[in-house]
Amino acid sequence: MRRVVVTGLGLVTPLADGVEKSWERILDGQSGAGTITGFDPSRLTTQYACEVPLGDGSDGTFNADHYLDTKEQRKVDTFIIFGMAAAQQAIEDAGWTPEDREDLERTGVMIGSGIGGLNSIANTAVMMAEKGPRRVSPFFVPGALINLISGQVSIKYGFRGPNHAVVTACSTGAHAIGDASRLIQHGDADVMIAGGAEAAICEVGIAGFNACKALSTKHNDDPTKASRPWDADRDGFVMGEGAGIVVLEEYEHAKARGAKIYAEVLGYGLSGDAYHITAPPPDHEGAERAMRAACRNAGIEPSQINYVNAHGTSTMADTIELGAVERLVGDAASSLKMSSTKSATGHLLGAAGAIEAIFSILAIRDQVAPPTINLDTVDCETVVDLCANEKKPAKIDVALSNSFGFGGTNASVVFGKID
Amino acid sequence: MSDVADRVRKIVVEHLGVEEDKVTEAASFIDDLGADSLDTVELVMAFEEEFGIEIPDDAAETIQTFGDAVKFIDGAK
Repeated sequence: MRRVVVTGLGLVTPLADGVEKSWERILDGQSGAGTITGFDPSRLTTQYACEVPLGDGSDGTFNADHYLDTKEQRKVDTFIIFGMAAAQQAIEDAGWTPEDREDLERTGVMIGSGIGGLNSIANTAVMMAEKGPRRVSPFFVPGALINLISGQVSIKYGFRGPNHAVVTACSTGAHAIGDASRLIQHGDADVMIAGGAEAAICEVGIAGFNACKALSTKHNDDPTKASRPWDADRDGFVMGEGAGIVVLEEYEHAKARGAKIYAEVLGYGLSGDAYHITAPPPDHEGAERAMRAACRNAGIEPSQINYVNAHGTSTMADTIELGAVERLVGDAASSLKMSSTKSATGHLLGAAGAIEAIFSILAIRDQVAPPTINLDTVDCETVVDLCANEKKPAKIDVALSNSFGFGGTNASVVFGKID
Repeated sequence: MSDVADRVRKIVVEHLGVEEDKVTEAASFIDDLGADSLDTVELVMAFEEEFGIEIPDDAAETIQTFGDAVKFIDGAK
């Protein structure tokens, strides 16, 4: 079977624009949460979120002009801008900008989103109610469609290989990386640009998740304390936005061109809960099956996992996931590191699995497990080290990243250190 | 230069991101100013909005250059 490695990373997160700045702030225990500034949130129950810090590009702020000219920015929803930005970072990091026709045909794109251009859809609907259908922009549809990040990246760089997009709610990013790896393994492509992007922090987005009772609501006065996975006082997730993109490459292809290799995609597992549209079953056996499938695919024993980047959204489901992980690794639980970086970034929905895959890869690179911040009182008994409020240096050769989505869709991806 | 021409030029510069001096009487939106077919649809919508007029689809198809747009709008007002 062809092996797949990661040769480029790109991140736009609520902590910073850029991989190293985001990671540095994660390890430092910083929070990306704050009162919503992108619109007036005063009508909403939850008035805070983890927004990408906008600015001139200095000190980790995000400046869209660095990625897309202003004329093009007007034609696309923000989730596409974030996706294109993270893709540019990853492609530049990998040094993969071929011009040869065959190379271009062997390079594909699989970037998804959970919701897509929600804000554009909402604004266009309101505008149409006021002014009528003739005022709907010709860029409305291509600016809001989920697969248009893949389309835009392909057009920008000339990548003519498989062009695909995943939509599996909060599992999107993990599924995109897993599925893209399979395309490389099966020979459909040698290089895939894969990941997820999201920008759903808008009035209808927050109102919708509030109605599902999924969001934290008690922290309008102290948003940085709101995302607290496994903590006894957790009360729902905090919405995040941004994008995570990786460059995946067939191992021999990467070696032949002397590419920097971050890690290997060792295994990928998927499952469905067949249970409820928004909640996991009490034992989350679906999560356990996805993790077992990923280990089997990787050819490893679950006890070989050193670090788990949890789905851990700061909801009731955190401890259910922990239980599934404990069953998975058995006696090895006492030496396992597990953390939820959503404590810092909030929940990036369709981008979550992708940014967390990148944090798992960086945990392998730097041999350190990132902290779970705001974890003051663990809401259950466990021997697993949840990295409460402190990063934990550790030997990490194998890391597993979990993502679970509405509809009962589960994905686990296993990354391994490469010699 | 008429008031209409100034307002049309402003819209074209804004929407297509081109230099003002490129927007000449004979400048074609697609051939000279880098627009694609979707850009031209949006331009026509912007003209409708700015001047409070309706430009039917078959008329819109005849508006290929900056000069065409000014002429049509002058006639429609």
